[in-house]
Amino acid sequence: MKAASFSYVKPAALNEVFDLLERHGDRARVLAGGQSLLASLNLRLSAPELLVDITGVPGLAGITVSGGTLRIGALTTHRQIERSPEVARHLPLLAQAVRHVAHVAIRNVGTFGGSVALADPAAEYPACAVALDASLVLAGRGAQRRVRAREFFRGLYDTALQPGELVMAGEFPLSGEAYRSAFLELARRRGDYAIVGIAAHARLAAGRISDARLAFLGAASRPVLALRAASLLEGRPLDAQAIAAAQATLDDDLELPADLYASRATKLQLARVLLGRALGALNG
Amino acid sequence: MDQTLLTTLIVNGTSVTRRVPARQHLSDFLRDELGLTGSHTACEHGACGACTVRVDGAIVRGCLMLAVQASGRKVDTIEGLSDSGELADLQAAFHRRNALQCGFCTPGMLIAAQDLVTTRPEATREEIREHLSGNLCRCTGYQAIVDAIEEVLAQRRGAKT
Repeated sequence: MKAASFSYVKPAALNEVFDLLERHGDRARVLAGGQSLLASLNLRLSAPELLVDITGVPGLAGITVSGGTLRIGALTTHRQIERSPEVARHLPLLAQAVRHVAHVAIRNVGTFGGSVALADPAAEYPACAVALDASLVLAGRGAQRRVRAREFFRGLYDTALQPGELVMAGEFPLSGEAYRSAFLELARRRGDYAIVGIAAHARLAAGRISDARLAFLGAASRPVLALRAASLLEGRPLDAQAIAAAQATLDDDLELPADLYASRATKLQLARVLLGRALGALNG
Repeated sequence: MDQTLLTTLIVNGTSVTRRVPARQHLSDFLRDELGLTGSHTACEHGACGACTVRVDGAIVRGCLMLAVQASGRKVDTIEGLSDSGELADLQAAFHRRNALQCGFCTPGMLIAAQDLVTTRPEATREEIREHLSGNLCRCTGYQAIVDAIEEVLAQRRGAKT
């Protein structure tokens, strides 16, 4: 299908973006890479009057490391994240996750900020950001604020973004040497959104696991931490018994709404399998 | 009334300037405005890969980029890449291996394949499949397509040594 009619503007400065968003309110949509937005326009799932292309605004792309934080600018593409030596070195969880984001032709254009702002519950970055306790830098006119990912994602396509605000960047705290990561997902076809996935990050020392952050995607209306499973694992050797116990608690930890293809029981089984594999990978 | 914008881009090495509707995606621009019908439109929501073109050297979905977003950029389509001979060995291998049946997905397949063989000359069959995972073939001809690309990878590696 073809998109309904809209106007397009590409401002060259952030204050112009804020002007436009202020003037047009919810009739305007921010366009970054457009890899989800243009698809939804073509399908006529949404029909904004104005697209505000922010890719002409300088300073919104790039990956930098400083003071124990890795910062990913909103306009950084998936491909740049995939190829970033800094991400590979400091955020192996994200480096693993990005390879599951759609396909190369989409990763070349789609952006970090776009994915985060869209907040699809089955997307990869939101779950990673929750697992790694990242913060999102949001800016409106004259004000900038940081919101923890754990509070930013509120529900299905629902975030803490206020009208007129933009995602500027994600800030990921670097974790110590003893931390390990595993990102796994199950999808019907390669590159599809996950049926269920897990972003797992934990400390492993002397054969024992601690500070486990087990963030699931596709398991609720937003990325969700399996808190009972994590507390059950705290300080234990990561043996078959501990893994089985953690798997057994997932029923209480995860909502797992049925979708068109998978019942809750199927999703629960898949989540348990993924948790087992992820914990095995952390231990490996 | 559609808003239209004066847009200049370089298509297959030639600078073109047109007044385009804001909502027109790059694939429709190439097909309807320039008559370059080798880029196919099928799903028009990024799922099938039939519209794959190169923008500033990187493969993209033509249906998920507005023509105005390509303003000032360099677009290469199957027509340009065929004429330049850049894809000649891939095209010959696709032909030889019967890697196309109806041919609808083939332009997108070739451009995605070229992206792989130039960036990852050591790619395995599994990596070929992964790279082409965004390109659907409704004739289910994947096996022969992977065979053809594998053959070209081997040829190009051989040609270098």
